[in-house]
Amino acid sequence: MATAEAVEANPPVRRDTGSFRLGESLMVGLIYLCGISSILFVLAIFVFVFGEAAPLLWGDYGFSFKEFATSTQWYPSQPSNPEFGIVALFAGTAAVSVLSMVLAVPLGLGAAVYVSEFCHGKRKETLKIVIELLAAIPSVVWGFIGVMVLSPIIIETTGASIGTNILNGGVILALMSVPVIVSVGEDALKAVPDSYREAGLALGASRWEIVYRVLFPAAKNGLLAAVLLGVGRAIGETMAVLMATGHAVQIPTSVLDPVQTLTATIAAEMGEAVEHGTQFRVLFLIGVVLFGIAFVVNLTADVIVKGIKGKQND
Amino acid sequence: MTDVAQNSIRTRDLNLWYGDFQALKSVSVDIPQGKITSLIGPSGCGKTTLLRCFNRINERYGNVTTTGEITILGKNIYDENVSLAELRKTVGMVFQRPNPLPISIYENIVFGQRVHSRRGSMNRRDADATVQLALEEVDLWKDVKDLLKKKATLLTLEQQQKLCIARLLPLKPRVILMDEPCSALDAEGTEAIETLIEGLREKYTILIVTHNMAQARRASEECIYMLLGEIIEHGPTSEIFLSPKNKQTEMYIEGRYG
Repeated sequence: MATAEAVEANPPVRRDTGSFRLGESLMVGLIYLCGISSILFVLAIFVFVFGEAAPLLWGDYGFSFKEFATSTQWYPSQPSNPEFGIVALFAGTAAVSVLSMVLAVPLGLGAAVYVSEFCHGKRKETLKIVIELLAAIPSVVWGFIGVMVLSPIIIETTGASIGTNILNGGVILALMSVPVIVSVGEDALKAVPDSYREAGLALGASRWEIVYRVLFPAAKNGLLAAVLLGVGRAIGETMAVLMATGHAVQIPTSVLDPVQTLTATIAAEMGEAVEHGTQFRVLFLIGVVLFGIAFVVNLTADVIVKGIKGKQND
Repeated sequence: MTDVAQNSIRTRDLNLWYGDFQALKSVSVDIPQGKITSLIGPSGCGKTTLLRCFNRINERYGNVTTTGEITILGKNIYDENVSLAELRKTVGMVFQRPNPLPISIYENIVFGQRVHSRRGSMNRRDADATVQLALEEVDLWKDVKDLLKKKATLLTLEQQQKLCIARLLPLKPRVILMDEPCSALDAEGTEAIETLIEGLREKYTILIVTHNMAQARRASEECIYMLLGEIIEHGPTSEIFLSPKNKQTEMYIEGRYG
């Protein structure tokens, strides 16, 4: 009854005229296109990358997948009998990524806790802006810093013969991942209801005790997602590691060894590879491997974030 | 001395500002030991603010200025040498919206002890006993004894609020502050919590902020009526409700104001 009265009092404006309907369906179509375009792009990229790599697996390129997956030898441009072993490259990526995470995770989470819980007002705003700025520095600039600033410092302090190595790449990648971890981590901490903090305070906990007894358990999924996004950034980064890690395909034995990563290999060798040749296709296969790693990392982050939402609904 | 023994909380000329806004105006009040006192008044009259002064949790907002004196159990809580952790151990608080921590029921109960005892000094058997005792005291043990490892946030609101009371008890508080402890609960939950509060009287000094006039009337022995940051009337609940001395109190209680 109430509805009937309301309708009588406010008759709906008729808007189903021809031009209105046309505009409406045009907009809907446009938005739909925007929506599915990202899926199309990802699919197209995958098809393209995989399509270039696939002939290796069933064509007669004299390529052995077993060798690719298990060999440490990478001599792609040897005129006779080139060797394509991904293991050393993979080790390079793993070493640099792990070192960068060891540095970036404590720093990033610590900074997130500081920004979210221990500072207010102007300082907080300034810090957030600076952190966003840090995230916006192009990776080639980071690589430049690695080569020109960090490398001499490493040589001077450690006595290493080459300053561009795992340590250099790890530090540079850590600095690049920290802003991601800080901003996502801060969001996760901010999402913890204030009533939890008050509960902890009222029971006599200090602010630090609240951080590790209340906030960490409450925000652990969000913080984990922050870390995984940082990992994603570290693994996928190309330009900075290309410049900072020193280009030596080998299984590293110390952090002062130069290495070459998967991404850097593609970037460095694509230009000189013969189009549709074996090396060209192997580089695309490395692309597929990177695709796989990124997919696994993102999927893990996604599952964890979904976990947060599921629990909140309980 | 007798005064200290009978009054667990006393304030003298207490003023409080949030920035430029004065929320408490020259509040001087004595709250008797071992009784249930209710704080009533219209929204924004400062009753929650007053409550939050007594464990100094107000201070977490940067722009709060307080002047005057608050003495709890004979000790000025604004003294330099007062430890906030100790104060909050003595003065527990229950919030408007049940706020168990997002950890297990068990961990919620021992949280206070973990914070207040040295690392590793708690042994498992004592902790188990503490948890059982606290949950029994709030009549929750039989409901949750098999769920102790479950997340506390999965309980019903009524159970959560009981848990929030239970987690104070292992710290052996002397005063329990309650900020509208039943406002998030249904009638049944309200009754359960009121029964529980009734059972806690005498052991603890209980101060309840409430919007619910009927609750103040049935659940408290003393009543304080506040308006615009001032205390208008303070006396035994029966007197305030039957024969209020102040015109404003009378109007509020009869529902003609607020």
